[in-house]
Amino acid sequence: MTESAENTNSAIFDIHDMTVAYDRRPVLWNIDLTLRNPGLVAIVGPNGAGKSTMIRAAMGLVPMVSGAVRAWGAPISSQLTRIGYVPQRGSVDWDFPISVFETVLMGTYGSLGWFRRPGGVQRDLTMQCLERVGMQDFAQRQIGQLSGGQQQRVFLARALAQQAELYFMDEPMAGVDAATERVVFKLLQSLSDEGRTIVVVHHDLRTVSEYFDEVVLLNVRIVTSGPVATTFTPANLQATYGGRLSILDTMADAVQKQVETE
Amino acid sequence: MLITQTQIVLTGTLLLGIAAGMVGTFAVLRRRALAGDVVAHAALPGLCLAFLAFQSRSIIVLLSGALLSGLLGAVTVSMLKRFTRLRDDAVQGIVLSVFYGGGIALTRSIQNTHRNDSGADLESFIVGQAATMLKGDVQQIAVVVAVTVIIVVMLFKELKLLSFDEQFCQVQGWSATGLDVLLMLLTAVIVVVGLPAVGVVLTAALLIIPPAAARFWSDRLSRMMMIACVIGGISGVTGTLLSARYDGLPTGPLIVLTSTAIFVLSWVLAPHRGLLWKSREVTDLESFLPWVESDAAEPPAPTTSGSPGSAQEIS
Repeated sequence: MTESAENTNSAIFDIHDMTVAYDRRPVLWNIDLTLRNPGLVAIVGPNGAGKSTMIRAAMGLVPMVSGAVRAWGAPISSQLTRIGYVPQRGSVDWDFPISVFETVLMGTYGSLGWFRRPGGVQRDLTMQCLERVGMQDFAQRQIGQLSGGQQQRVFLARALAQQAELYFMDEPMAGVDAATERVVFKLLQSLSDEGRTIVVVHHDLRTVSEYFDEVVLLNVRIVTSGPVATTFTPANLQATYGGRLSILDTMADAVQKQVETE
Repeated sequence: MLITQTQIVLTGTLLLGIAAGMVGTFAVLRRRALAGDVVAHAALPGLCLAFLAFQSRSIIVLLSGALLSGLLGAVTVSMLKRFTRLRDDAVQGIVLSVFYGGGIALTRSIQNTHRNDSGADLESFIVGQAATMLKGDVQQIAVVVAVTVIIVVMLFKELKLLSFDEQFCQVQGWSATGLDVLLMLLTAVIVVVGLPAVGVVLTAALLIIPPAAARFWSDRLSRMMMIACVIGGISGVTGTLLSARYDGLPTGPLIVLTSTAIFVLSWVLAPHRGLLWKSREVTDLESFLPWVESDAAEPPAPTTSGSPGSAQEIS
């Protein structure tokens, strides 16, 4: 999908020496991360590890204390039209007077630029994106009338309308129903098959090896990153989550048993 | 053709109501409604100082002073917020009352020194007295309103995006800060232009109430904005007529009372979102009235875990 000629040496996405602090307390420390291959990348780590902050800072939504972020060898601020974003669902007011269709149409605004209005091309694209997430029948609904999973699909459709080559998604699977989770993963897979790169902040450790190509283990610093097969190991997870992971596992098992007996 | 004073004033308050509805829609949706109130109150000392400096009651002189000190008030709010860590409402309350207090003191002292000077009727700016507007004033208001409308129409797409999802606006390469400042400027300009008719104390109501009432009537931003303009225009005209009918009643309060009456009617009567509509009996009517579009959403699919802060009521 990358039409423009690219320097084969330059990575798709590169963070160098990124440090981010809130009120002088570092939330990300000395992050170095390079993505060279298209595919599905999960960012995994405990609560407060800075997962969302990392992608938000990379896109310039959070100020960095130090660091440089490049995409395709150029500063990321000059490449924003090639980048798509799915923010957390809680970041907008769902009572806003806007329809599902209009929300997804916003994904085309970036390519339109100042003053130009969306036309037939953008409207057709919007409808295609809605169909891809199975939300075409809801196009004229006000967005507050949707369930959480449906709202998440609308955000995904809006990102599809951006027609980007690199996507950042902030917990697209948080609090969604099983049907939506399957739709989302199928969609991510097809985006990946088209040669795009999708960086997903992910909270569900059980699905990482099933769906993702690469994983970034993060806890304020980058613990390690690489292909899931070699990187997503118990030892590395232990290093990322500390002692807490085993507690989580025990709790998950206990809950699982309880569900089965009921 | 004879143009009466009433027609001049009516034109002025009509244009003002329309512009306030337009800009107010974004202010309300961005939860910046009180920022307009700060600008309005902070405008008073600047208005007085402009009068003292130029010894002129020309509306352009007075309103330029008002705009400058109104914006100074807005800047003070954002500075205090950054350096004191106080919350938004506290900072706004402080700035609003300090500027307004200073303005009242200045108005009184001007009133005392210019006791015999009929031109110095600055107190009419506190609650608004549209009857004092002259033809030239209204022409100037018309120009300002026209420029505002053109800007909002041209940047509708950008302002809509900013109001709905500021982060998404930013990652698509727009300057959210720049658009935010522009919106703040437009709000300040309309507030200041509204001062002669509605007054320092009540101008913010003209920004807030028509959009709030319009929200009951539509789920689309463009339609909501048009309805807010209509409600604002009707309020301006009706308030002015009432003020002319009952001699001496200030226009500001009457305009605000009119828009509030429309707000209450909207709240009760509006389809889908109104009180009556939500009551059981009326909802049942849907099955008998085929032209009424059913608005009921499908039941939400079960979620695997609690969705933080986004459980929406299905109306």
